[in-house]
Order: sequence, then C-alpha cells, then structure tokens
Amino acid sequence: MADLNLETMSQEYYDILKELGNIGAGNATTALAQMLQCKVDMSVPQVKLLEFKDVATLMGGEEQIMAGIYLGVEGDITGSIMFLLEKSAARHLVGKLMGMPTEGDEFSEMEISALQEVGNIITGSYLNSLSMMTNLKICPTIPSLAIDMAGAILSVPAIEFGILGDQILLIQTQFFDEVQLDGYFILIPDLESYGRILSSLGIVIG
Amino acid sequence: MSETIKVGMADLRVCVSPDAVTTLGLGSCVGIAIRDPVTKIGGLAHIMLPDSTQIRNNSNIPKFADTGITELVRQMVAKGAKQSRMVAKIAGGAQMFSFQNKSEMVRIGERNVEATKRKLAQLKIPILAQDTGDSYGRTVIFYPETGDFVIKAVGKVQKTI
Repeated sequence: MADLNLETMSQEYYDILKELGNIGAGNATTALAQMLQCKVDMSVPQVKLLEFKDVATLMGGEEQIMAGIYLGVEGDITGSIMFLLEKSAARHLVGKLMGMPTEGDEFSEMEISALQEVGNIITGSYLNSLSMMTNLKICPTIPSLAIDMAGAILSVPAIEFGILGDQILLIQTQFFDEVQLDGYFILIPDLESYGRILSSLGIVIG
Repeated sequence: MSETIKVGMADLRVCVSPDAVTTLGLGSCVGIAIRDPVTKIGGLAHIMLPDSTQIRNNSNIPKFADTGITELVRQMVAKGAKQSRMVAKIAGGAQMFSFQNKSEMVRIGERNVEATKRKLAQLKIPILAQDTGDSYGRTVIFYPETGDFVIKAVGKVQKTI
C-alpha cells in the first residue's frame, strides 16, 4: 500500500473523501428523520481538513459543552468515528425522541441511553453508506458517550489523528427540524484504510 | 496589568508573574505546569502523546511528553529560571470514553501521565500535586506567583492544588 499522507494528499483524493462524507451525512440525516418521525433538512455538509487546535474553536470554543459519541470501526477498514452535537441540540433530540421536553443540567440515565441510541443510528447509517459505496466490510463497535467540554472530548480523536499528523478531517453538518442543530462527524481511519477506501473506488494510489 | 496566556493543544508557553498561563478542556492530554519559585517564572505544556520516539511524524515538539517537557524547561531556563529549583504540578490524562477492550489507545490518558512522571523524574523536577485520571475534562490555570494550579471541570467544584 502506497504511503498516503493527509497533508500532501492530492486535491482529487481529498474531493473523494469529501464526497464520501457528504453522502454519509445525507444518509445519517435520513435516519434521523425516520427516528424522529419528522422532516429533517440538512445543509450541504462542509468538509474541512483542519489543524486540530482549530477544531474546538469552530465548535464554539474548548469549553463549549458537547455530547460526543465515539465508536471504533473494524472489518476491512479500521479506525474510529466520532459524532459531536452541542449539548442543547442533544437535549432537543432526546426530548423529541422520548416525546417530552427534558430539563435540567444533567442528563438522566434514560436520556443518556436515548442519546446513545441517537448516536448509534446516526453513525451506523453513516458507516453503512460508506460500506455500500466502497463494497468494504465495515463493522462498528459499541458506541460510548461523553458529555463534557469540547476540548476534552476532541482530545481523543486529536490524539488518534496526532499519531498521523497535525490535521483532522472534519465534516460539519447542520440539521434543521424546528431548530437548527449543528452536528459534526470526525472520521479517523488509519492510513492504510484511506488507501483501501480509495482503491475500492477504483483509484490507484501512488 | 496581568495577563492570562492561552496554551493550545500540543502547545507550550512560558510566563513571568503576575501573568498566568491557562489551557482549556484537557481531556486525555496532560497539562504540565512548572515553576521556579525564586524567579517566579512559570510555564505550561499541553501534551497529547507520551513518546516522540514511537512515532514517525514527530516534528511537533510540544505534542509529546518527552520532547515537550524538555522544551518547556529549556525555554524557562532561557528566561532566567533555574532547573534545580523547578517544581511541577500536573493535571489531565482522563479516559473520556469507556470501552470494554482496554487497548493501548484507550489507555492513552494513563500513558500520558506515566510518561510525564517519567520525564519529570529524569529531569529531577519534583511533582508537588496532581489531579489526573478519571473520566472528565479539565480547564487549568497556573499562577507562577503562588504556584496555584486551579482546576475547573463541568459540574464539579473548582479546586486549587
């Protein structure tokens, strides 16, 4: 497998990864609409290759409280995926899912489990579309949820990416039902997996 | 007028009292605050990974515990601090997500703390206090004037170590 470097990756590869991100986020939105049984609109996702120190700034600062759902990926490609949602957006979704508005600063056990399920469905449909397009076997592991400062949650993918370089591939999606919800996907395939994704689409690397 | 200097992820800063240094939202990363109590020169490093020698792409010095701490000490000495007087306080190294399989990657917070302690011991800089591990993020502020290391976390009472 040719050596692939995120920083020197050609525009062509980058565009392909962007497109995969777009389609994945689209599917995730559809899944969200089905789950909530209402219409959910999505803005065109923005895919960015960012320095990891700038990622938290984009989400409203390191101390912005976010809900992060993180899961590993196994199968033909390995790595992990994270879905982040602002705390107020998370609360809105959970309230909708459980059919009653929720209040308070802390999430109850029930709400956390509902949120985990939201994350499960969103990331699952995302990976599913990636798997369909590339014909690769992609199995998610059990997701784990954290509600904390953006900086702290992001340290986990940043560290994983940090082994490879100083940049992170971020897909920002805005969902709308009655309110605007900002969601972020972070894809963390290992380098070999990037190669596998691209070659499965018929792109020769190197 | 005192200033609070912000340290980003994989970054380090040196300051002199009455200025302070801060880093926001430490997760599995570790914040290392070092101070020379005589000159009141202080510094804060925000490291992400334990060991630069294990990684090919290791040009980013403040990213690693080994190279980051060495560089922080070097910059403090360049400002007039003395290494033999230096003392440290550390925070962070949390495990933000719980997984069943305890892979090396999951234990990264713990490994960052271990590597930090190893490096500080090697440089003969004693650790006066620490607030590490657990599963929550921390924002820290370090005051070289007093050596106070203030730690804030979501839904927890602010503490000073």
